Amino acid sequence: MASYLLIESRDPFEVNDVAYFYDLASGLKERGNEVTLFLVQNGVLPARKNPTHNTLAKLATAGVRILADNLSLQERGIADAALVNGVAPAELDVVIDQMADGVKTLWH
Amino acid sequence: MSEKKTLTFCLMDAPFENARTTTALRLIDSAVRRGHNVNVFAYEGAVGVPFSKQSAHANSVHGFEKEEWNHPLPKDWVTELMKHAEKSGAKVDWINCGLCVDERGMNEAVPGVRRGSPGDFVSWANASDNTLVIPTK
Repeated sequence: MASYLLIESRDPFEVNDVAYFYDLASGLKERGNEVTLFLVQNGVLPARKNPTHNTLAKLATAGVRILADNLSLQERGIADAALVNGVAPAELDVVIDQMADGVKTLWH
Repeated sequence: MSEKKTLTFCLMDAPFENARTTTALRLIDSAVRRGHNVNVFAYEGAVGVPFSKQSAHANSVHGFEKEEWNHPLPKDWVTELMKHAEKSGAKVDWINCGLCVDERGMNEAVPGVRRGSPGDFVSWANASDNTLVIPTK
């Protein structure tokens, strides 16, 4: 079992291939790996509660740990209470700590 | 803080264009503050990030003089990173891709930045505890 950190910086409402990155997170988890999906920049936009877009909630239910960069949330006026269940706000330092721990890290 | 590690970053975005530059510098800053050694390979437009001839300007549209507007310059952020590294006992080694520098006429960089090639990035990636490539779109 390996550990992966997937950093998503793009908004799926704007960039279609974000869905493939979510699929990658899901696939890695299904194969027994530890997976963190870290949302940053416009990547935090789908973390808002949204009746038509529940992919992140499904990923969280599947066991993917989903974190959203605090500064990116603040910049976009997204309060913690507005986040999809399963998405937690976090500091960007998490990325450095996981990199220092040898977690395989990918940016999209 | 965890044990001191060596982390390598590859940046590709030109300054003043994309939030990726800001996020990349935030990541590097976090690594430095945690005392990790950091390698930065600036490729393509990213060689402009530490370009020393960047100049602040006024914002005449909104009626601000240069001093009031306080326009942020990435070269100053890189300089501050170097200073923080000295304080935290970390080392920042920043290489600008030489070919990319020549193409853009950006030979002047803030102190601490040197020229190199993609081969240096490969060597760093092989020797580092972890590597993150932050590509352009």
